Amino acid sequence: MDKKYFVSSSPHIYAQDSIPKIMYTVILTLVPAAIGSIYFFGLRALWIIAIAAVSAVATEALLQIMMKRPVTVYDGSAILTGILLAYNVAPSVPLWLPAVGSFFAIAVGKMVFGGLGHNPMNPALLGRAFLLASWPTHMTIFSAAVPKGGTVSGIDAITTATPLNVLKAAQEVLRHPQNFSPAQKMEASEAIGQLYDSLRELFIGRIGGCIGETSTLLLLIGAAFLMYKRYIGWKIPFTYVGTVALLSWIFGGADGLFSGNPIFHVLSGGLILGAFYMATDMVTTPITFAGRVYFGVGCGVITVVIRQFGGYPEGVSYSILLMNLLTPLLDRWTRPRVFGGKKTG
Amino acid sequence: MSVVREFTKGLYKQNPVFKQALGLCPTLAVSNSVESALGMGVAVTFVLLCSNSIISLIHKIVPAKIRIPIYIVVIATFVTIVDLSMAGFLPALHKTLGIFVPLIVVNCIILGRAEAFAGKNGIGLSIVDGLGMGIGFTIALLLLGTLREFMGNGSFMGIPVMNPGFEPVLIMILPPGAFLTIGFVLGFFNWLENKRAK
Repeated sequence: MDKKYFVSSSPHIYAQDSIPKIMYTVILTLVPAAIGSIYFFGLRALWIIAIAAVSAVATEALLQIMMKRPVTVYDGSAILTGILLAYNVAPSVPLWLPAVGSFFAIAVGKMVFGGLGHNPMNPALLGRAFLLASWPTHMTIFSAAVPKGGTVSGIDAITTATPLNVLKAAQEVLRHPQNFSPAQKMEASEAIGQLYDSLRELFIGRIGGCIGETSTLLLLIGAAFLMYKRYIGWKIPFTYVGTVALLSWIFGGADGLFSGNPIFHVLSGGLILGAFYMATDMVTTPITFAGRVYFGVGCGVITVVIRQFGGYPEGVSYSILLMNLLTPLLDRWTRPRVFGGKKTG
Repeated sequence: MSVVREFTKGLYKQNPVFKQALGLCPTLAVSNSVESALGMGVAVTFVLLCSNSIISLIHKIVPAKIRIPIYIVVIATFVTIVDLSMAGFLPALHKTLGIFVPLIVVNCIILGRAEAFAGKNGIGLSIVDGLGMGIGFTIALLLLGTLREFMGNGSFMGIPVMNPGFEPVLIMILPPGAFLTIGFVLGFFNWLENKRAK
């Protein structure tokens, strides 16, 4: 047999990437953030990540056996979901919490819909939303999350809350000055000033927060590698972060329009983790150019609306979940015109 | 024999919630505790029984074109009776169920039975049908209420059944928990049915 010619049907050019390769690469790029979290929050962070990952894999294997389907836990997608879920909980949570969260994320977020590729929403974020609704006290107390290296700019409050919590409380005071004493108002504006002075700490990650969201620097190192490998595109993260920066600058300040601090809002909370690792999930985000831009802008708008005007201090997870649900519509609206074909409305 | 069949069909084979997916609004809304589930189930059963019997009596003299408004008036009469008596004798339950007591008027199980059964059959069978469907609805509510209260509050009828260390899954007694529970319960019954069909 002459092996020089292969007769096959199209496509003739294909990528060498496979699901396991992509998944394990993404996991690898999350390692710097994991090391950072262990440094900032102690060994407990490692336990939480490990438990979440093991629980996710075990759930997927168990359900695939029960459903008499091929067991595909080796592709790494369940491990990734578990790790991302662990990155979304506070370091002080009891150890059963990430296990339950991973179970819910895989069972209800993914397997119910038919497994990888069929889930309408990001499973890890769905797991987080489930945990936040079920055990709000565990999920929002960051008291044990005293980061190594002390407090940020000497604010004691920072050790018991995330910067966004402090900001929300301070803004509440400044926006309704009639309800508070002058001393409280002084304190609030002082707190905001100190928060804005602590941008370097925010960038490195020496702040209270969820396990994997605090260090912008370490997350960006991983994300840059993913972008270099083209596993994630630039459209969603950049439009998402850009929209948050713009709208935070316009609406984020307590002294009227255009008084917000966009850099603070970009660096704090789970925005970087969400924009680069959750909002770029291949399954749950649009595939067209325009669809991705709309997706990123939509996420940004919802995040800022929740942060500025909503009840929660942070809105990244809900914004991505809501836009996930719009993904099929975005893909339909932005379907590109076939070359030479008629414009479709 | 037909009487037995008309009664038992509502319990499982044509269960309004599990098989026909009717009346889901109150099912989802008030199944966060066993107590309110039971109260709603009994209220609906009473209205269903009364409306079925009256409608089976009057359906021959009701003009076909305006039968729906007339059925609704009959149903609304009995709902008002339930609403006012509940407010008088069980004010706590009435407060818990809130808007969902008056909303029984538009419960599609009741109008559905009026249309599909009481408007075509005699009073005897209509009473049996209403009773069966009402009890079937109550069973469905109780099942959901038991599951949700157990998971979301660790209790049954307000009595704690889990040890104090149990941290309840709060979401189960919140609205999303209703959708999750009914999804899994409906899935379970479909799975059971598929298994039986094989």
